[in-house]
Amino acid sequence: MSSLGFEQFPDYQVPGVKHADFSPYESNGGSIVAIAGDDFAVIAADTRLSSGYNIHSRSQSKLFKLSPLTVLGSTGCWADTLSLTGLMKVRMQSYEHTHLRTMTTDAVAQMLSITMYNRRFFPYYVSNILAGIDKDGKGVVYSYDPIGHCEKATYRAGGTAGTLLQPVLDNQIGYKNMNLAASEVPKLTKERAVSVASDTFISAAERDIYTGDSVLINIITKDGIEVKELTLRQD
Amino acid sequence: MYNNYNCLAQPLWQNGPVPGEFYNFTGGQTHIQKLPRELTTAGPYGTKHSTAAITTGSSVLGIRYDGGVMLAADTLVSYGSLARYQNIERVFKINKNILLGGSGDFADIQSIKRSIDQKMIEDQCCDDNIEMKPKSLASWMTRVLYNRRSRMNPLYIDVVVGGVDTEGTPYLANVDLRGRSHEDYVIATGFARHLAIPLVREKKPKDRDFTAVEASELIRTCMEVLYYRDTRNISQYTVGVCSANGCGVEGPFQVNENWTFAETIKGY
Repeated sequence: MSSLGFEQFPDYQVPGVKHADFSPYESNGGSIVAIAGDDFAVIAADTRLSSGYNIHSRSQSKLFKLSPLTVLGSTGCWADTLSLTGLMKVRMQSYEHTHLRTMTTDAVAQMLSITMYNRRFFPYYVSNILAGIDKDGKGVVYSYDPIGHCEKATYRAGGTAGTLLQPVLDNQIGYKNMNLAASEVPKLTKERAVSVASDTFISAAERDIYTGDSVLINIITKDGIEVKELTLRQD
Repeated sequence: MYNNYNCLAQPLWQNGPVPGEFYNFTGGQTHIQKLPRELTTAGPYGTKHSTAAITTGSSVLGIRYDGGVMLAADTLVSYGSLARYQNIERVFKINKNILLGGSGDFADIQSIKRSIDQKMIEDQCCDDNIEMKPKSLASWMTRVLYNRRSRMNPLYIDVVVGGVDTEGTPYLANVDLRGRSHEDYVIATGFARHLAIPLVREKKPKDRDFTAVEASELIRTCMEVLYYRDTRNISQYTVGVCSANGCGVEGPFQVNENWTFAETIKGY
């Protein structure tokens, strides 16, 4: 990776210089699922932290409570995750000191996008999903790419098993590709959201080696955040 | 008459690139003074640095038990495949609450330990009998190592930070060269990650922490396995123990090596 403008000269052998390639990034695995309802938001993430074939921890939470109404799920390079969530926490504290109120979920979403784009040329290798309650009391889910592209959605899956989980959510929450009339689509309840999120993780753990051990589920409502834990396969 | 009116021509754009000059569009520091030292120090062939580790320490193993933490590491610092320095302490008592086990490039370990020791002296100068907590040190190290990797000039180390906080609650964490850190009841670096962690996880009781006896027994077994299987280990090791009752590094101990099984293997 050419950094800070220094050019590589692959055909220019310099005597004595041993160039061991150091990669600043490492994938530490993990998956996140978030579903938004009328007055709640559910965000779930597995608790496995790994590097290649090593499991560092079976109980590392990937959910960061930024405020009583906003939770950020972050996975990818754990070093970048720690740095990014630390930065977000500090900026939110700064906002609270200045404005004497907590940041709304939509404001946090925008700030996260800006923060990530600031590192456009050395990205945070992180898959972010922000879930919470907006200023009107509705559940919202925002998903991000590594350079901060932000998109509001009703449901989203991210992380190493994101591609395995997203189609399941499309079908079970979005009712896509089913012969249902608009009137037949049932309203999404908290229990169904938690149940679908749990089931998708159980399936993801079957096929993705980086997802497993257990899932932490945060159910966010205007009254607070309820935490549930579900055990998954440990292999 | 024209006092408040600027007659001089303004530059075409402010803070933009000068035609012909190298424009650092990646942003950040454009002034040479603000670049980090590793990029401005002249070398004979330019300022490209090797990121390979030269003198290295092998594995460090940390186990958290009900009363505190235990950190073990062998006393070898290798120079490639040469067992160069065979009596080196790699587990350090930082203060009465913190133990640090260092693996990876040993020069980098010594460098960061020097900074940590300076911090501890500053702590003592406050003269309030309050010493840094292990979680604070782990957090500081995470930030330092992350910023070094973000400048593409990492400290090539993998450390185990262990200790007890003011209430006596044990703390054990790992910080690596990229600034990745996490807490757990067992932390290992290097070969111990492959060989020792499975042994410890298997013995972990589901509903409680290890006892001190269980933890020290596990350390003994794991150091033995590491000596048999890691080619960059020797049979001598030290163990740091940190609990509410005190903090110190004990040893050196010897692995109970038994090679008589070799006679039973044909062609060994």
